[in-house]
Amino acid sequence: MDERANSVDAASEADEADGDPLRIIIADDSHSDRLILQAMVRRLGHQVILAEDGYEAVELFREHHPQIVLLDVMMPRMDGMDAARHIKALAGDTLVPVIFLTSLSDADALARCLEAGGDDFLSKPYNRTIIEAKINAFNRMRLMHRTLSVQRDLIRAHNEQLLTEQDIARRVFENIAHTGCLDAPNINYHVSPMSVFNGDILFACPRPSGGMNVLIGDFTGHGLPAAIGAMPVAEIFYGMTSKGFHSGDVLREINQKLARILPSDMFCCAAFMEFDFHSGSVNVWNGGLPAGFLLRKNGRRDSLPSTHLPLGVLSPERFSAEVQQYRVNVGDTVLFATDGVLEAENHDADMFGDARLHAALDSASGQRPPLRALLDSVSDFTGDQQSGDDLTLVSVDIVPAADLEELPLRVAASALSGPAHWVCEYEVTGETLANFNPLPLLLHICMEVPALRRSSGEVYTVLSELYTNALEHGVLELPSDWKDSAEGFGRYYAERERRLKSTGGHRIRFRLEHETTGKEGRLKVICQDTGAGFNYTDQKRSALDHDGYTGRGLALVRHLCTSVRHLGAGNEVEAEYHWSLNRQPEVKGSPDNESR
Amino acid sequence: MAIQSRRSEDGRTLVISIDGRFDFSSHQSFRDAYEHGDQQVNDYVIDMSDTTYLDSSALGMLLLLRDYAGGDAGRVRIENCNSDVKRILSISNFEQLFSIK
Repeated sequence: MDERANSVDAASEADEADGDPLRIIIADDSHSDRLILQAMVRRLGHQVILAEDGYEAVELFREHHPQIVLLDVMMPRMDGMDAARHIKALAGDTLVPVIFLTSLSDADALARCLEAGGDDFLSKPYNRTIIEAKINAFNRMRLMHRTLSVQRDLIRAHNEQLLTEQDIARRVFENIAHTGCLDAPNINYHVSPMSVFNGDILFACPRPSGGMNVLIGDFTGHGLPAAIGAMPVAEIFYGMTSKGFHSGDVLREINQKLARILPSDMFCCAAFMEFDFHSGSVNVWNGGLPAGFLLRKNGRRDSLPSTHLPLGVLSPERFSAEVQQYRVNVGDTVLFATDGVLEAENHDADMFGDARLHAALDSASGQRPPLRALLDSVSDFTGDQQSGDDLTLVSVDIVPAADLEELPLRVAASALSGPAHWVCEYEVTGETLANFNPLPLLLHICMEVPALRRSSGEVYTVLSELYTNALEHGVLELPSDWKDSAEGFGRYYAERERRLKSTGGHRIRFRLEHETTGKEGRLKVICQDTGAGFNYTDQKRSALDHDGYTGRGLALVRHLCTSVRHLGAGNEVEAEYHWSLNRQPEVKGSPDNESR
Repeated sequence: MAIQSRRSEDGRTLVISIDGRFDFSSHQSFRDAYEHGDQQVNDYVIDMSDTTYLDSSALGMLLLLRDYAGGDAGRVRIENCNSDVKRILSISNFEQLFSIK
């Protein structure tokens, strides 16, 4: 077959319309019948190509690509039925109506004609009105078929393009979201590779101070629009968490960003979990996700209900980042799922629902963790292997803090060799103490020193414990022994909230001094507050590793630093942190940081 | 799934009734129900007596109506919700944005 001729032909037919003249082959071995039919068809305005038998009809079909073929049934060399088979095969996807010319009236013979690929009959002797009606009817069918084929090809092409684009978008998204710690030993999760196109998101990131933040969410809508919203959320979540920002700051930033960029009918139902494995607490913010669960080791189940509007709905002024704080112990598990679980449908269009969810959690055991039990139960219920595509679940086990020290922390590394000798003073005053966290900024300054970057966790702990000590015990005068009991724990934080409203006139001043010989270095941190201080020469009260006025925080600082001492009226602490390239940091950096 | 709207006698309240599932398929008809109203309307009532279910895109549509009605200053009431519908509204804490009965 001549492909070039075929494509020219296709192009010339592209704008053909109903009523245009057609090329029609008439194949009949009877000379007189041929001429009669030719005259009739020509009178209708069509172009006629004549063939004397089936073989010639097929040859002429190859050459002229006619739109309609009229075939006598019985012809020498090749009969109409064979010719019809050949022509239909040559036409492929294109509809070329084949109409048999026949004086047969035997039903079996007529049926065989149609089985060979014929579309209809014209009985001899010919009737002009019938011929015209049939040619017109088949031409309409042919045009409709062609329109559908063109549209089908277009849809197929669009779909292929969409899949290609989704694949690219998914890879970009994976690059943004890859720094997570979802593979940490205490996290179980289920998320489909294409979940971002269902609008589902799941991120986890270690914090510089230890512990981790986890965000699970569900955007309204599907496909690319939902995926677009996920990109900035991933950037903000990972960027701010790894710099040491607290849940409130991260949530406010995400909400503000989404409220600004998304149309008002798009938002993100989400739950944010901030785990602190050292102190055994988790802060939960739930805006629009079905209640999560705090599964206690003893079998009790606490609900973590949604108490906020979803992210991206409220203006920054009205948004609340208030979290619920829970005390947790090793062996407890926090579990969240998107609404795909509750709304999973079986073949009778029943939903999975709360009762089945609780039954599934009841069936969990040591061998079958809650998340696995829940997933199994959903797929048993729906009876559908594909149902997992719409489900996103995460569970985080509370483990001893020491179990997670290997988690790689990726603080953006500077290409420069970094500052060697520097001093920085930074003071936070008045109401700013209540609503601003200076630690990310201070950590950022310290992380400019490559060697300190290797032990960012320790540096952050030193900074944050000194700051917490100055704020909570110095400025706010909160007694740390309250935190020893469960009731006191709540009371402590309620009181902290209350006292933060009257920080006017107070200030906390940081002085950071860094010097290095190249292989070793020293970071001196002096933190001074405007609290009353205390008599640190009193042996009993100044014991730093004792649960006294100064709390457990400073004991931790002392463990990390070579020296920690109180100065002035007891409202000033000086801590010296030493680093050495010969010593492995206790919290390991990621491999690529270590090679620098 | 049918959406019908009618005006109160004084013409100031527009009542939109939603029959069956309220989801993305009703996007256009829901918008049509309020967008072509005249300036007189200053109260909106969504009647959910016959609404069996609503999904997150329906929540989005409610936010669009709220914007149309004037955002924080707008007056949109959601009435006669069954317990399933109420549960979905309350998971998303929509009672902070709408008066829900």
